[in-house]
Amino acid sequence: MSKLVLSRRSLLRAGLASVAALPLGGCEAFDFLRERDNAMREFMISMNNLTYKAQRLLLSADQLAPEFSPADIRQDQHPNGSIAPDTEDYLTLQAGNFAAYQLEVDGLVERPTRFSLDAIRTMPSRSQITRHDCVEGWSCIAKWQGAPLRQILDQVGVKAQAKYVLFHCYDALSRSLSGDELYYETIDLVDARHPQTILAYAMNDKPLPIANGAPLRVRVERQLGYKMAKYIRRIELISDFSQIGLGQGSFWADRGYEWYAGI
Amino acid sequence: MANHSQPKGRLIRRQKLATRITHWVWAVCLFFLLLSGLQIFNAHPALYLGDQSGFTYDNAIFAIEGFPRWLTIPSTQDLATGRVVHLFFAWFLVATFLAWLVLSLRNRHLRKDLLPTAKDARNLVPDIRDHLRLNLVHAVRYSPLQKLAYGGVLFVLFPLVILTGLCMSPGMNAVLPWLPEMFGGRQSARTVHFVVMVLLVLFFAVHMAMIVLAGPFNEVRSIVTGRYRLSPKSKEGAFHV
Repeated sequence: MSKLVLSRRSLLRAGLASVAALPLGGCEAFDFLRERDNAMREFMISMNNLTYKAQRLLLSADQLAPEFSPADIRQDQHPNGSIAPDTEDYLTLQAGNFAAYQLEVDGLVERPTRFSLDAIRTMPSRSQITRHDCVEGWSCIAKWQGAPLRQILDQVGVKAQAKYVLFHCYDALSRSLSGDELYYETIDLVDARHPQTILAYAMNDKPLPIANGAPLRVRVERQLGYKMAKYIRRIELISDFSQIGLGQGSFWADRGYEWYAGI
Repeated sequence: MANHSQPKGRLIRRQKLATRITHWVWAVCLFFLLLSGLQIFNAHPALYLGDQSGFTYDNAIFAIEGFPRWLTIPSTQDLATGRVVHLFFAWFLVATFLAWLVLSLRNRHLRKDLLPTAKDARNLVPDIRDHLRLNLVHAVRYSPLQKLAYGGVLFVLFPLVILTGLCMSPGMNAVLPWLPEMFGGRQSARTVHFVVMVLLVLFFAVHMAMIVLAGPFNEVRSIVTGRYRLSPKSKEGAFHV
């Protein structure tokens, strides 16, 4: 018994000593957490997967993100990330005012389909005034109008193996020696089929500005802004994203951010 | 304060194991939460009132260049890693708080040690006077000011920092849409989260000062081993000689 007490005591003392030493080492002491394959970082991230599971438990599939009134729209949506894509394909489309734009929907679907912008604009639409929360910490309220993604998924027929919706984008947020690193993002089918998940073509009752993702961007209202891919080129239904990009499922997830951004 | 010419007071078992373990888990959590929180704050170092952040109108109430690098984890601008660390320790803080709540209800730490009584109300003014004179008595029970400080952290600041933290989550906003509105909107909740952080840092500073003033060996021993030496004439149950 006394042995047990002693070891407990020494354990506590050791704990205390290490806590006391923390400020001395300065915060550089924890810079190893920046390394992508560090075991401690991996452990912390795996704990953060709890957030995804917990929120999927707490959130019913169709539970809506808060919506606001027109009086809450006090400014234009603050543009962030890419605000003027300069890839050749995009510039060509932009020169023609997006008249030649076609959204490709393919992958694990029964009927791969191309949708013109007019086809999407004439579908039944949904409008919502929602708050856009950026991972950086700021928020902005705007009105979004677009075609529910669920409707498009039903038209093309999602195969049973499909687990994620992958958005291929026109914009390159970074360039490397091997060329443009195009933005991409994935969401699960729960979020893809959510009533507020729309392919938006209008913002605050005007055509979607280029800075905000023209001609089409997705709204995923129960997650942070970086999930809401802009300048969508193609939508692909996939069963797994380990072979795409760096394998984390999104441009930002490849750069260390959470794939699930409901927090 | 300790006076070696006087006889030593009794050595008692002061802090229960559950109290000591949760105390140190919180200490570690709050250290990482603070420094990773400042990293996250540096990604947009401004605070607002309301639901959104004014870009073309002004609802900012605080804006700085950012906290210095030696105050952030990691030490370079790295929001992604800051979030990994912050959200990890946030889970730990919440889990420990819930465990502490259950254990402290069961072992009566809440009712016996933390809940202020009528006697505490009567003793508040003398206790303030004693603290101002640095006449710090080691008694079996917390003094009224100690109860206010610890109770304030555990029943006000911890719940507030957890709830305003949840307000930052768009997923939780869909689960509990009334929660951010209770604080005046998501950006107000973010501001409250920041203010609570400042209050926790202030508590920490006073906490450290009191430990030094009250005799660091005895105070640290009580939260490490649980044993605590009373002031020589301190009576059972009395805070005041």
